[in-house]
Amino acid sequence: MCTTCGCGHGETTINGIAPVRKRHASGPLGAYRRLEQGAAHAAEAAPLGAVHAPEVDPERTLRLEHDILASNDALAEVNRRQLAQQGIFALNLVSSPGSGKTTLLVETIQRWARQTPVAVVEGDQQTANDAERIRATGAPAVQINTGKGCHLDAHMVAGALATLRAEHALQDNSLLLIENVGNLVCPAAFDLGEAHKVAILSVTEGEDKPLKYPDMFRAADLLILSKIDLLPYLDFDVDAAIRMARQVRPGLEVIRLSTRSGEGFDDWLAWLAAGCAKAQRG
Amino acid sequence: MHELSLAENVIRIAETAARNAAAARVTRVRLAVGAFAHVDPDTLQFCCELAARQTLLDGAEFLVERTPGQAFCIDCKQDVALERIGFPCPQCGGFDLRVTAGDEMQVLDIAVM
Repeated sequence: MCTTCGCGHGETTINGIAPVRKRHASGPLGAYRRLEQGAAHAAEAAPLGAVHAPEVDPERTLRLEHDILASNDALAEVNRRQLAQQGIFALNLVSSPGSGKTTLLVETIQRWARQTPVAVVEGDQQTANDAERIRATGAPAVQINTGKGCHLDAHMVAGALATLRAEHALQDNSLLLIENVGNLVCPAAFDLGEAHKVAILSVTEGEDKPLKYPDMFRAADLLILSKIDLLPYLDFDVDAAIRMARQVRPGLEVIRLSTRSGEGFDDWLAWLAAGCAKAQRG
Repeated sequence: MHELSLAENVIRIAETAARNAAAARVTRVRLAVGAFAHVDPDTLQFCCELAARQTLLDGAEFLVERTPGQAFCIDCKQDVALERIGFPCPQCGGFDLRVTAGDEMQVLDIAVM
């Protein structure tokens, strides 16, 4: 675990159950494998217990040029391929905590009115509260608890998809909504296999969030400005927020939405329907 | 932050390469982090040192090279150097930029013994 911020994988659970991570299986401390047998081997093999010094430079450089996120990206591709095979339109919803993601999901499921089946993956550090809110709408939901982790990764989502499949809750030609951990930084780096990242910015936040946290807004294909029913009580400058978002992500689509008044839901549901239609055709 | 997850990947990548080369330990790791990569280089370096404990990389030196950001400006139709996301084109001041370099996060090479 990271001693600066506590981030790490050790405490991740899916519906309360800790998944087995292969790389944890072999180490005596459940962490990294101990020093190589290779080293011990070389020493034993040498005459009189001496270590060989072959006629090569003792220090060699190995050129790798290996992407650090390659393993996550490869797993995300597997998720993406499986979702595509089933014609599932998958979205990764990202925002800071408190922007109204779960309320948006609950309202969306109700207003979607079973145009297609919907399943939800909820990501939070702790509690199954959000999954329970989703299940109350009648839609199946899996809760990933990341423990101290600050983001979902492709491996966790693969586990959640397997859980949904086992419950026959991941239907062909359906809509899959993945609510990431509320965090405007870390989730930007991790592909989960989704079709799009959707960023949610509530008008109770600052309009300069897109410039303060450019990575997330740049990674998004749609921005939802939420809680717009509160605009009369706030100094939030909608045009400035959209301008700044497009400064980091040119051409970013924006939907202004309120779960209270229902404003913007027509656009949002139409956007979802278009995405589902494309996923089904593809 | 997510740097520890990334550091764990760095250790795994380097250990696998070292094992495949029948090396006993890794003494140095050179990383490339683009100007727009989703990572703080100092934190990544620190987390790599932590994650290296009790592995073939225990005590290894971690070097992070920053690679510059570049974008294609749709308005002035040329590649331009870009310092940060959200900055305008240094030539024409426009924001219609497509990033062409600066996202990379790589293990460039490792020194093994």
